[in-house]
Amino acid sequence: MTEPIVELRHVTAGYAGRPVVADVNCRIMPGEFVGLVGPSGAGKTTLLRALLGMVDVYEGEVLVDDQQVNGRRRPSIGYVPQLETIDWQFPVTVDEVVMLGRATSSGPWPWPRASDRRDARELLEQLGIAELAGKHIRALSGGQQQRVFLARALIRNPRLLLLDEPTSGVDIKTRDDIMHLLVDLNRTGVTVIVSTHEINALAAHLPRVLCINGGVVADGHPRDVFTPEILRRTFGGEMVVVRQGTLTLVADRPHLFDEFDEDGLPDGSPEAAADARA
Amino acid sequence: MPDLIYPLEFAFFRQGLAAATMVGALTGLIGVFVVLRRMSYIGHGLSHAVFGGAVVGYVAGINFYAAAGLWGFVSALLINQTTRRRQIGADAAIGIVTTSSFAVGVALISRASSVTRNFDAALFGNLLGVSRGDLWVIAGVLVTTVIVVFFTYKQLLFMTFDPDVAPAYGVATGWLDALFALVLAATIIASIRIMGVTMIAASIVIPPVVARLLTDRFAVMLVLSSALGAVVAFVGLYISYFADIASGAAIVLTSATLFGVTLAAVSAREWVRSGRPRAALQALPAAEPEPPLFD
Repeated sequence: MTEPIVELRHVTAGYAGRPVVADVNCRIMPGEFVGLVGPSGAGKTTLLRALLGMVDVYEGEVLVDDQQVNGRRRPSIGYVPQLETIDWQFPVTVDEVVMLGRATSSGPWPWPRASDRRDARELLEQLGIAELAGKHIRALSGGQQQRVFLARALIRNPRLLLLDEPTSGVDIKTRDDIMHLLVDLNRTGVTVIVSTHEINALAAHLPRVLCINGGVVADGHPRDVFTPEILRRTFGGEMVVVRQGTLTLVADRPHLFDEFDEDGLPDGSPEAAADARA
Repeated sequence: MPDLIYPLEFAFFRQGLAAATMVGALTGLIGVFVVLRRMSYIGHGLSHAVFGGAVVGYVAGINFYAAAGLWGFVSALLINQTTRRRQIGADAAIGIVTTSSFAVGVALISRASSVTRNFDAALFGNLLGVSRGDLWVIAGVLVTTVIVVFFTYKQLLFMTFDPDVAPAYGVATGWLDALFALVLAATIIASIRIMGVTMIAASIVIPPVVARLLTDRFAVMLVLSSALGAVVAFVGLYISYFADIASGAAIVLTSATLFGVTLAAVSAREWVRSGRPRAALQALPAAEPEPPLFD
């Protein structure tokens, strides 16, 4: 029987003595592609960082590859953080950023080994940004920035890839490109866990979603998880769920409609009328 | 045209010149990390803290380097610990620790009249104060710092560029921070006789800022900043001799002139290229108080 690559057992974790998530239980199997969704401050980043041993775990156990994670032991995980914290004026080029992924494993000399350079070049080619290798990072678009930091994570050859808000601040085309890229990566066998506010991107691309709000509110296929009731418990507000064939869309509550039917469809909308007729 | 060879006949000048050039390279090198981590204020603060330790050592009859070194390192750790309390910002922590330490030095000086005659030299630098022993100390700190930077280059780069994520990639940031604090304290102590307490911060900040204006590559910035630091210290010390002004002040004024000329040249180039005269300034790190210094 296959062991989970990630297992959280009754985990309560946070910062400086203040829990952000409580009693989290979750098992993620190798090769899965899982999305974390929830409002700001719900604990998505805290859960990702718990897998990296970067937060205080007050109760429970965090296991990656069947080994307990703590501050001393950090398994080889690819991690792409939120890019809002990056200083884009820092004097560093694309290839230097990618090579940082091997900062602790590429020998004692300041310069990268030939094999590191070759691997970085191949990765950048795979990600379609090989021509940017010598460019300064401020010269990049939002999508290119994500790819560079993804390359930094992938050069570690991780079995587990964590991405924190990879689609934040990019246009819809770039968001779609990034999600397709992650799906392709996942198909090569890499387990991917991604946190995002983009519910619809998760619904369109991911087979499994965890709704987070101080803990796990729901866990399952987007079709089952994105219901008005679960979204209300997750986000604390009314949201409209529209289903069209295999497509699930979550939208803001429009001002045009004041009432919702039991399926979360706005009363008076064509969809609700069709639903009522059915 | 002054005779540039003539001052070299004096041993004190030769020693001062060698010391200043090494100090310039040293502060230029370590300054890259200080500037990019937006810790510029710590150079100013630690030099004031070290002054307190130096005076305590002098009054107590303890070796200057031992007293100032211990005091500086403890100050750096105290700043770090104070900063960890989230209610207190890094700038406030530096202000409290270092000004208190400086006040200890001033209080002791006002009680011990024998120290007063060296007060100006301590504050503004004096090339007459450099002994052969000082030269060895400066050379030792320079070589040690180069070795540390050489063998921890990739980890230091990661920690400076992306401190939040570096631990997740296996960089031992706690250990590296402590090492950096030690090297920074040693740099300030080694530089204090040439630069003076009040001038060290500028020698740590200006060469890296000039280098940043000239390159977009980290490794090039390290080399360029060290070289510029050495050159302005060399030139500054000659100016100090011929103009009969404090060595620290002469070196800082030379650095500031270089910064002004470089900024004007780079801005002019940007203006010609893009029609945006202020583009060069955007490359400089914003002046803002910064997060945990030795996290």
